[in-house]
Amino acid sequence: MHGRFTTLHAWLLALPAMVLLVLFTHYPIVVTLFDSFMSTPKKHRPSHFVGLDNYAAMAGDPVFWKALTNNLIYAGATIPISIALALLMALIVNGRIPGRPLMRMAFFTPTVLPMVAVANIWLFFFNPNYGAIDQLLQLVGLTAPNFLGQQQTALWCVIVVAIWKEAGFFMIFYLAALQTIPPDLVEAAAIEGAGRWQILRRVVLPLLMPTTLFVLINAVINAFRTVDHIFVLTGGGPDNATNVLLYQIYLVGFSFWDQGYAAALTMVLLAGLGAAALLQFFFLDRRVHYR
Amino acid sequence: MSEITVANLTKAFGPHKAVDGVSFTVSSGEFVVLLGPSGCGKSTTLRLIAGLEPPSAGSISIHGHDVTRLGPSQRQISMVFQSYAVFPHLDVARNITFGLEVRGVSKAERQQRLARVADIVGLTPYLARKPGQLSGGQRQRVALARAIISERPVCLMDEPLSNLDAKLRHEMRVEIRELQQRLGMTMLYVTHDQIEAMTMADRVILMKDGRIEQDGTPADLYERPRTMFAARFVGLPPMNFIPAPDESGTVGIRAEDLKLTSGAGRLSGSVAGIEYLGADTLVSVEWQGLSLIARVAGASLLKRGETVGLSWDDAAEHHFDIREQRRPVARQFEHV
Repeated sequence: MHGRFTTLHAWLLALPAMVLLVLFTHYPIVVTLFDSFMSTPKKHRPSHFVGLDNYAAMAGDPVFWKALTNNLIYAGATIPISIALALLMALIVNGRIPGRPLMRMAFFTPTVLPMVAVANIWLFFFNPNYGAIDQLLQLVGLTAPNFLGQQQTALWCVIVVAIWKEAGFFMIFYLAALQTIPPDLVEAAAIEGAGRWQILRRVVLPLLMPTTLFVLINAVINAFRTVDHIFVLTGGGPDNATNVLLYQIYLVGFSFWDQGYAAALTMVLLAGLGAAALLQFFFLDRRVHYR
Repeated sequence: MSEITVANLTKAFGPHKAVDGVSFTVSSGEFVVLLGPSGCGKSTTLRLIAGLEPPSAGSISIHGHDVTRLGPSQRQISMVFQSYAVFPHLDVARNITFGLEVRGVSKAERQQRLARVADIVGLTPYLARKPGQLSGGQRQRVALARAIISERPVCLMDEPLSNLDAKLRHEMRVEIRELQQRLGMTMLYVTHDQIEAMTMADRVILMKDGRIEQDGTPADLYERPRTMFAARFVGLPPMNFIPAPDESGTVGIRAEDLKLTSGAGRLSGSVAGIEYLGADTLVSVEWQGLSLIARVAGASLLKRGETVGLSWDDAAEHHFDIREQRRPVARQFEHV
């Protein structure tokens, strides 16, 4: 009797969170999966079952492949660089240096700004006529190219903005983790003969692994989730040069109103992120030492 | 040959001098304890010798080399921390061989030395465990093993036993001393515990307010304390102090040198408390507002409030000058 009551009690406590999760996460996923096998409803033709047609169309859609490739380049660049920068900045502001509070604030400022505001700032930096980069280049007698307007540079501009925005955020986690490492451990390693680099590699980095895993998961999610700045900077152009999966889903779903195809694209993105999360948990988690 | 020579060492944090002109030497194979109350500068002195803090003035040489400006890794020392400082992400074996690994000692030699040292400290069955799976005493042994395996001439220890329970502390005291003698290690050991100092040390350096109060053998400190501070700090219960009859200073008498007499004795007072310790009993006697403690063998039949006389031999008196609170130089050798 008592045990039963405890079980009921537990389920009741979990209920509000479960309702929210089901309502706003699990149910929409199931509906999206269902929609991805249906055609998009038209005026005189209601939605009907089309099987894997949407997925087949995707496989033959060069824009999808372009967006996927762009997204992989975007992730491949932003994830490692923003994490490495975050670690570097955290190590810098964790040391005894003059002007430390100012530096911490400077590194963290981009995180506080909304992505759209960040994009607007960088829009000014990248402007080929009066932008900050152009003005700097003019000092040495050069002129800036139209960074956002040409295919070769546009994606890298979007990547730079994302790194600038994210590194400061991840730095906070690294800084917090660094401050929990007992100084004794570093001192003991130094006495044992380890140099700065060896201390970093053999003591500090392993002890930061739980943080790295957390930051990595967030970075992966962000690499497929953050598109705000693409709206402001390039709108996915020129000629899909900065188009990424989520942006493509938005275009297909809300500009072209092809909901069936958008649902199929969403499922591909979800499956990709799910696989990445599983990979991280099962392969990396074993190498992580939790204190 | 002296392994460690510290000359005029000073460390200031702002206007406060944590270590103030300290000089001493430690000979090869000697076990020297830096003793003192918290905040006396003993740990800072050790950290300066380890190279973990830069000194404000003075010099340090280890094994004949001036190391004052060298980093901790270049000083050829090993150190055991109060927290043990074992690496939580490495197993016991890798913790012990950490130093050998970073110094590029070959794997075969590492394994060979590990096997020997693990055997010495009794960690052989635990080599594959992570520190999180060890007890406090075992972690302490890992730290000890790390110091032994390095085979460096000098070992520094910073309150290594203060996180252990009383029984284990006693065992480790005996064990560390035995290891130090067997392996011929030169040891500089910091503690605030006078029992550790008295039982383990060849020589004790007593510190107070960043300065050396007395540097001598445990017997020197106990039998010939140079200052009232030393007399109070070393020995349990602390030395009794009474004003000298001629008001020239203070006379100190150890509890075991005070004898209770049924007659008047040299002083008489009333029994204020009785602490029965088993082998002996501490009787505190109130005399002119002072509490004097006498150690008597076995149990005492005295009752609180009873009047007793106190007497002692002249030879048991320690004289301290009133202003300096120091033993006057002329009377220094009175008891020798």
